[in-house]
Amino acid sequence: MIEARNLTKDYGDKRAVDGLSFTVEPGVVTGFLGPNGSGKSTTMRLILGLDAPTAGDVTVNGKHYRDHAAPLHEVGALLEARSVHTGRSAYNHLLGLAQTHGIPKSRVLEMIDLVGLHEVARKRAGQFSLGMGQRLGIAAALLGDPKTVMLDEPVNGLDPEGIHWIRNLLKGLAAEGRTVFVSSHLMSEMALTAEHLIVIGRGKLIADTSVEEFVARASQKVVLVRSPELERLRTTLSAPDVTFVAVENGALEVHGLTAAQVGDAAAAAGIALHELTPQQASLEEAFMELTREELEFGHKDEPAEVAA
Amino acid sequence: MSSLSPTVRIPRLESHGRVSFPRVLLSEWTKLRSVRSTAWSLGAGFLLTIAFPVIFSFVLSAHWGQMKPGERATHSSLEVALAGVNVAQLAIAVLGVLVITAEYSTGSSRSTLTAVPKRLPVLWAKLVDYWLLSLVLMIPAVLVSFFVTQAILARHDILQTSFTAPGIARCVLCGALYVMMVGIFALAIGACVRNTAGGIATFAGIFFVLPPLMFTLPQSWNNAISQYLPSEAGRQIFSLQHGAHTLTPLAGGLVFAAYCAAAVALAAFLLARRDV
Repeated sequence: MIEARNLTKDYGDKRAVDGLSFTVEPGVVTGFLGPNGSGKSTTMRLILGLDAPTAGDVTVNGKHYRDHAAPLHEVGALLEARSVHTGRSAYNHLLGLAQTHGIPKSRVLEMIDLVGLHEVARKRAGQFSLGMGQRLGIAAALLGDPKTVMLDEPVNGLDPEGIHWIRNLLKGLAAEGRTVFVSSHLMSEMALTAEHLIVIGRGKLIADTSVEEFVARASQKVVLVRSPELERLRTTLSAPDVTFVAVENGALEVHGLTAAQVGDAAAAAGIALHELTPQQASLEEAFMELTREELEFGHKDEPAEVAA
Repeated sequence: MSSLSPTVRIPRLESHGRVSFPRVLLSEWTKLRSVRSTAWSLGAGFLLTIAFPVIFSFVLSAHWGQMKPGERATHSSLEVALAGVNVAQLAIAVLGVLVITAEYSTGSSRSTLTAVPKRLPVLWAKLVDYWLLSLVLMIPAVLVSFFVTQAILARHDILQTSFTAPGIARCVLCGALYVMMVGIFALAIGACVRNTAGGIATFAGIFFVLPPLMFTLPQSWNNAISQYLPSEAGRQIFSLQHGAHTLTPLAGGLVFAAYCAAAVALAAFLLARRDV
């Protein structure tokens, strides 16, 4: 279990994490979503005590990470950035970590076999491909048989077989009752593995919800309309939070309003509607919807949406 | 990966231990011995400690007959025997810096400090391991150097000195001690600076640039200040003769130890406080 309360981190003038509060429960895979640079990795560093929060607090399994007598048995973590000495072999890297907790060599060899690195275990880690580096990081995370597993972008650099393996691994870990917290900027990946989602944008919590609810909530606010007076309808509906996507001739996708709001507004303005359909958003779309504000600030000339 | 089965099972770990200092010590020892820079630097340190005195004593022995008495008087066989210490200290210092800065340049600091989040045991373990390793290496190196150079200079009675003569054993063994303390000082600097080039430059600045710079000061200032520089104070522990403007071996050793302690204290303070 991971509990963050009002977690905040500043780097100089830049606020990387902004008042985050959330709880990651055991027994399910919790996806940690956000665009690149939204503060996911920083949050994980704060959880591990690598960085100290500017304000707020975060505990793992009831304690600050630093206060655990055997931290590797509590949390197994894979960080996004490489965390291995390039001149040391995979075996010695894992052995060095294992020895801090008195974990036997047999366990090190077991983990090397588990992630399929036995053939290169004695090679220097600096020669590893991105995928091999990820496997080594996963072996390190599982070394201590931890109650909580926290992986930052674990599928980065993995081949399809490896990605498939990770999905099964995460589900298996959760089924054993462990807390599984996995970050990604890829919605499609989370759709396949996560049951619960914590979504952040620009360091702030955007959503803390189940995958189903997340999609449903975003879906309510996407409506397909067909009307002979599309231009007038567009003017009528215009508001700061509303965007339009031209779908085809005579049809428009309205983002940011429910079907009822669009219908009422059209009736009030006396505009005939030929179709009014709430759209079932994909997880990908739901995410875009929720993080749109951030994307607009981040990339002003994002071509995906047609501004009103 | 190895399996395509629908559920991946992680083998359970039977016994769960906790972090303890002996375990961190063992872990840091594994890390120290498992990178190439350790063997290279220590090998170089060991060989240089012996090679330079051996070469010097051959040269000195060959030229002894052509040297005037006044010139002969400036040479001491002890200085020849310990000439390698000045070179070895660079190798030991560079590795001392690397032991900690390589953690930051490669990112392995994140793994290390995730396994030992209390952090300070990692610094203590690195210091103890490095101290012991350089002890095991440098003590034999200075002893070999002393006895081999004595053998080479055997036909010059005036250059013969006994290991049991007053101060000789102290100087020889403290030559090794000096290098070990330099290693500690350099490791602490590395921990403060967290950057390999910066750490080595800082060390070289303090040990090799600062002392000659003092000669640009007025003589009285130089005399007053120089003896308290880390390198000058430290080298008194393996010097036989002491002038008006040098510290005694004990005082010099204590001053150098104080510098080392201050550097280690600053390193510990920064390690505990800074983000990784």
